[in-house]
Amino acid sequence: MARITVTVNGADHTDEVEPRLLLAHYLRDKLRLTGTHIGCDTTNCGACTVLCDGLPVKSCTMFAVQADGREIITVEGLATGGQLQPIQQGFKEEHGLQCGFCTPGMMVAATALLERNPDPSEEEIRWALSGNVCRCTGYVNIVKAVRWAAQAMQEQAAPEEPATRQPATEQAATR
Amino acid sequence: MTARTRVDGWAKVTGAARYAADHRLDNLAHAVLVTSTVPAGRIAELDVTEAERAPGALAVITHRNAPRLSPAGDFYVQTVLPLQDDLIRYEGEPVAVVVADRLERAGEAAALVRVTYETAPATVELDDALPDAYRLGAYFEPITSSVGDVAAGLERADVVVERTYTTAARHHSTMEPSATLAEWRDGMLTLYDATQGVFNVRDAVCAALDLPADRVRVIAEYVGGGFGCKGFVWPHQLIAPMAARTVGGAVKLVLTRAQTFTSHGYQPPTRQTVTLGAARDGRLTAIRHTSVNSTSTYADHLEMAAICSRAMYACPAIETDHLLAPVSTVLPTPMRAPSDGPGMVALESAMDELAYELDIDPVELRLRNYAERDPTKGRPFSSKALRACYAEGARRFGWADRPMRPGALRDGNDLVGWGMASATMATFAAPASARVSIDADGRVLVEAGSQEIGTGTRTVLCQLAAEALGCPPERVTIRLGDTTLPPTGMTAGSSTTMSVGSAVQLAARSLRTKLASMALAEGDAPAELARLDGDALVVEGAPRTPLRELIGDDPVGAEASWSPSTADVSMHTFGAVFAEVRIDADLCLPRVSRLVGVYSAGRIVNPLTARSQMIGGMTWGIGQALLERSPVDRRLGRFVNKNLAGYLVPVNADVPELDASFVDEHDEHAGTVGGRGIGELGAVGVGPAIANAVFHATGTRIRGLPIAPETLLRGDGDGRD
Repeated sequence: MARITVTVNGADHTDEVEPRLLLAHYLRDKLRLTGTHIGCDTTNCGACTVLCDGLPVKSCTMFAVQADGREIITVEGLATGGQLQPIQQGFKEEHGLQCGFCTPGMMVAATALLERNPDPSEEEIRWALSGNVCRCTGYVNIVKAVRWAAQAMQEQAAPEEPATRQPATEQAATR
Repeated sequence: MTARTRVDGWAKVTGAARYAADHRLDNLAHAVLVTSTVPAGRIAELDVTEAERAPGALAVITHRNAPRLSPAGDFYVQTVLPLQDDLIRYEGEPVAVVVADRLERAGEAAALVRVTYETAPATVELDDALPDAYRLGAYFEPITSSVGDVAAGLERADVVVERTYTTAARHHSTMEPSATLAEWRDGMLTLYDATQGVFNVRDAVCAALDLPADRVRVIAEYVGGGFGCKGFVWPHQLIAPMAARTVGGAVKLVLTRAQTFTSHGYQPPTRQTVTLGAARDGRLTAIRHTSVNSTSTYADHLEMAAICSRAMYACPAIETDHLLAPVSTVLPTPMRAPSDGPGMVALESAMDELAYELDIDPVELRLRNYAERDPTKGRPFSSKALRACYAEGARRFGWADRPMRPGALRDGNDLVGWGMASATMATFAAPASARVSIDADGRVLVEAGSQEIGTGTRTVLCQLAAEALGCPPERVTIRLGDTTLPPTGMTAGSSTTMSVGSAVQLAARSLRTKLASMALAEGDAPAELARLDGDALVVEGAPRTPLRELIGDDPVGAEASWSPSTADVSMHTFGAVFAEVRIDADLCLPRVSRLVGVYSAGRIVNPLTARSQMIGGMTWGIGQALLERSPVDRRLGRFVNKNLAGYLVPVNADVPELDASFVDEHDEHAGTVGGRGIGELGAVGVGPAIANAVFHATGTRIRGLPIAPETLLRGDGDGRD
């Protein structure tokens, strides 16, 4: 057994864990954060995506001991104080979800995308989220949901400035 | 009706929605399956001593010590009873289940189970099994059909096209791997299951374990996609309760992704031959459509690929036939979209080939053969607006500008092609019941056993109940996925909105009548007299009554049942699909750049969830056309790519903006809702539209899906491995 201390969604957790315990199972079974889903076991589907020190990782392919001393954000950590984050609102408003199983990982991966690229084009979103599979399959709406969140975050960040950017949909149409 | 975002949206974006494997149970043990590594034979040696001694191991169950199961031979149990004998029927068949206190320990113990096999010769490839093909006696629909004289029709035809098309084995690949949690407590068995049919699971478990129905409860609160593989009852759903009974507690069994490829069916590969005879003006004189698909050696699954030809085009002579060829794999099962999905690949590719033989525009050819009535059954369609779909789809796509000649649309290094196809899907419906109740504060509860598998059932039922009661949807709560609720059918065959929706409407109407009669205090009042207005009931001929005065501490409810129409009509959904592909001339890499689908499905209750169904299905069509195939290894007798790295499903970068829409329509035969099912329709017609576009781009006709770059490079038109 190994002793680890992990910050998950802002709270510190210290636990004795087996070295072979996967981060996904630690989050789901030990911390009971079942919003992180396990879809494929082999890093292909992205359902288990969480943020590790701000970077998206697939928690089915990371051991819990590797998260020692790190900060993890799961889907449960996106909303704060009962308020949905723009990315969550985007998925809800643009109907970027169907069965909902891929949704947490998809939103977490999109959060990381918007962190490094606050104004991604539709094509950039498609490529950035191609490690997250949706089988229902709402890719078209998922792209719109991320665009919705990007615009909402820009409006939040600079409410006074007039919109100078062309909407992504028009960019795509005229490209 | 208006577009409405999901009532379960909040739960799904916060991680609060609980899928089967998310449920918290006390002292939950974990089960891991050990599965056969050979496709046929019997277990020679089985040694579990090390496994039983492994740390944390609670039980190792094999055919030697498993509880004896009773036959559960209902149609919905598409499995042999697991762990009952030493026979091996397919690679991946469970040979043991190991239960331990922790998942890692169960996995470790499972690795210590020693199994050797006496292998038997096995055929796993459809082509190798064709000599053993046979015809079933009966299925949902007749196996064969014949109207008119096809031989004579072909004789008098000016042009005859006869071609063979192939579709590949494909796997459902739901994002949620199937999972069953089984808990025995106080003589009751409760299952939290990833299923499209809680009642099927309950009935199968009751039969297999000899339990009365009131001792077993099956719950499926949220399901992470089904697409058919969670419809019937499979071994793991019987093994989990067996394991729970053995250890006397709660057991969680989650399939690994690799196990999902051998545990609950797949879409079988098909070999289809279509023969079309036509006069010079394009009118069909004869259609013959035959199909053979692989099935297992131990049970039958028929992919009724040729039924689409029974209803699609007006033609005086139509023959169809279906054969099965047995292979040593797990039993195939329906998959989005069954029968019509693979079938229309063949029919609509053949129609495109005929269009080129006749030099008639492909849309025009279909219009010249438009079926106003079901050509085989000779009766009218319940409702059909396919003509409008062709026109609107062609307009949206810009089809009028299409040059007929292949290879005429080159753009730089891209070969560009435009293709189209029709879509159709036979409509299913199932008896359903629902309960609608209201409390003194005007809060409405809708209850039905049916499952939410991602289609939007909760949202649509909420809208239908609110509409029927005349209250805001915000007042309505939906409870689904539980065998303690009013019975419904499976969430399968695109049947839920019509079936369960109609039951909800009838229950809501019944509740209005009940409330009206309570307010009027005399006999049965017509429902039209009562409507909700905030927290009060308004009844014509009576003063406005606050609900508080009518309803006490207990809510007032009404239950109703609905059964499918018995009217003498044929019920199908229809559509027209237009595709543009771009193929890198050097790499032969095909990509879909535009896709337009216009559909005829009767009333659309919620345009938002309905459109998602269509763009989802269209994306499945892209997978069918260009990506998805599950090859088998003849030597090892197994599927080769049992993961999502090797089995390719469309990812975001494979999918362009999709244009899906419906024509305005109401189908009076489609329940009280007026809408036919759409969950599978979007996945029909896209494959052939893309294949036809590839021909238009390249001049090469590929008759096997999926069309992989290597197939195009080879250019021999055969998609087989």
